Amino acid sequence: MTGTPVTTLTYRDALNAALREEMRRDDGVFLMGEEVGVYQGAYKVSRGLLDEFGPMRVVDTPITELGFAGVGVGAAMAGLRPVIEFMTWNFALLAIDQLVNSAAKMRYMSAGQIGVPAVFRGPGGAALQLAAQHSQAFESYYAHIPGLKVVMPATPADAKGLLKSAIRDDDPVVFIEGEMLYNLKGEVPDGEHLVPLGRADVKRAGTDVTIVCHSKTVAVALKAAEQLAGEGVSAEVLDLRTIRPLDSAALLGSVGRTHRCVVAEEGWSFAGVGAQVVDVIQREAFDQLDAPVLRVTGADVPMPYNKHLEKAAKVDAAKIVDAVGRVLYR
Amino acid sequence: MAGSTAARRTRGGGAARPADAGAADQYRLWLREMLLIRRFEEKAGEAYSLGKIGGFCHLYIGQEAVAVGSIAALRPDDYIVCSYREHGHALARGIPARAVMAELFGKAAGCSGGKGGSMHLFDAARGFMGGHGIVGGHIPLATGMAFAAKYRGTEQVAVCYFGEAAVNNGAFHEALNMAALWKLPCVYICENNRYGMGTALERASALYDISERASSYDMINEVVDGQDVLAMKNAMDRAVERARIEKAPTLLEVRTYRFMGHSMSDPIHGHYRTKEEVEEHRKRDPIALWSQKLMADGLMDEPAVRALDAEVTAEIADAYRFADEAADPEPGALFADVYAPEKG
Repeated sequence: MTGTPVTTLTYRDALNAALREEMRRDDGVFLMGEEVGVYQGAYKVSRGLLDEFGPMRVVDTPITELGFAGVGVGAAMAGLRPVIEFMTWNFALLAIDQLVNSAAKMRYMSAGQIGVPAVFRGPGGAALQLAAQHSQAFESYYAHIPGLKVVMPATPADAKGLLKSAIRDDDPVVFIEGEMLYNLKGEVPDGEHLVPLGRADVKRAGTDVTIVCHSKTVAVALKAAEQLAGEGVSAEVLDLRTIRPLDSAALLGSVGRTHRCVVAEEGWSFAGVGAQVVDVIQREAFDQLDAPVLRVTGADVPMPYNKHLEKAAKVDAAKIVDAVGRVLYR
Repeated sequence: MAGSTAARRTRGGGAARPADAGAADQYRLWLREMLLIRRFEEKAGEAYSLGKIGGFCHLYIGQEAVAVGSIAALRPDDYIVCSYREHGHALARGIPARAVMAELFGKAAGCSGGKGGSMHLFDAARGFMGGHGIVGGHIPLATGMAFAAKYRGTEQVAVCYFGEAAVNNGAFHEALNMAALWKLPCVYICENNRYGMGTALERASALYDISERASSYDMINEVVDGQDVLAMKNAMDRAVERARIEKAPTLLEVRTYRFMGHSMSDPIHGHYRTKEEVEEHRKRDPIALWSQKLMADGLMDEPAVRALDAEVTAEIADAYRFADEAADPEPGALFADVYAPEKG
């Protein structure tokens, strides 16, 4: 990145910049969803876009996730590049038929005649005390589906670079933002900053253990790594960035160096993203491992409202540090 | 919007327009297309019984006039989106019978490369945007294509076909609401064949008059006799013009009847309808009605109709042979087209 001008932006404004730049670049790109226009976005990601691009390209919808997700798929089948915003991924469950049965399968069912170059984006995961129906991490649902790509940026720079790549991608991309990340600030390269899909990123280099993570768990893992450094443990923090396609090479490269691994994720453990990561590591790097791979996940319960119970249900640095201690047999 | 429905409903049907020479050719073409679909479906049923076609197979026999009459009103660049009972629409759109039959046989020469099958016929070059297998799920897709047409400022129209059972589905409601709200050039064709699989309309819908549903969206609607190909064409002309010129959607409730079971595993009448009911509806066979009309109007005589039938039957026999002899997809096709090719 040397020489590239950077600006400090929030994650929210980095996403806004990506949308704005891609809408300027390609007049087939449009944004559709609840409150994206007049209201300027439920999380203000689309602030100012209605003014610049007008109501045909920044389209407010009724509260009808299945309907407007399907409209997005249809528009993409007709050659446009829709960006469909879900106010949160909890509400997108109403639209999952369109993602799974329409978007993911169109290219295959038509033997390559009709693709769906659409991005479905919005915040996922838990925020604070939003209780069971508003605090869910669904990435493993979508990552299960051949035909979909699943992208989850953890930093403002990745948010911009990955969203720009997702919009240009010819396949349907599930783009899950972190509800707690929108105010996160970071340096973001100006202009044409593209982060390729399918590439993990070492957010902190280390030699003793690999902590695999994604989205807002990256910040938690970095905090754990900092704490571990104080205890003389050098932890590598590997941010998956894209869940599908999974960057197996980066996983194996890191574990090949550290020989120990902890996989942390916000979501539930059963059939979660970490289960797939562990599968790759045990098959491809069995001989490299000095300890079983451990997972740190959200508690296997619907999210409680009470703040103490909620805290207990969430992944935190202490839980990661504890798991690292166990893979190091400390 | 009290009272708006009657005001917004147009009335279809009526007397046939006088047939000039061009119209006469078109009329004969419609008969040919309906016969082609009928013979195709009969052959597909036979092939299914022989195990040459697998999975689900939903025949269109009895409803031919709907696809033929409505698609006749479209331009080549319009979009067509169908449910899983779409062999007839594919043929009416001009996808060669060979390519459709080969798809049913799962062969590489099929219009979806053998990877879609009976329920997923595609031909992007003809704007044939698929058969879709989830009831109602394709209605928003057509709406999105209409949105794309309006977005680009083209004069294209999107047409969506679905059965009457789909109108109880949320996707129908959500899509029609947005189409009317945004004034999208979409024509929604509800092929009311009276049964959603084995459930009669009256056992599934609180409102029996499906066209009335349009009043929820302040959308123009029309009831069409789906056994009359000319009535279908005329109603569709009105709806398509409304979409193309006025950018307003229409709901057409087309009353028709399926003469066969829901799918190949369903007997013709079964537990949910009587043999007598089926026989009664067969009296209004759209092909018989239309050929009788052409003969009564002096546009064709009986030997001409028989010759046309023989010609179509031969075309289907050829399609069957072609499909039977065609190659399966290469093993490598298994992993092709899950994602777009990497950009160079």
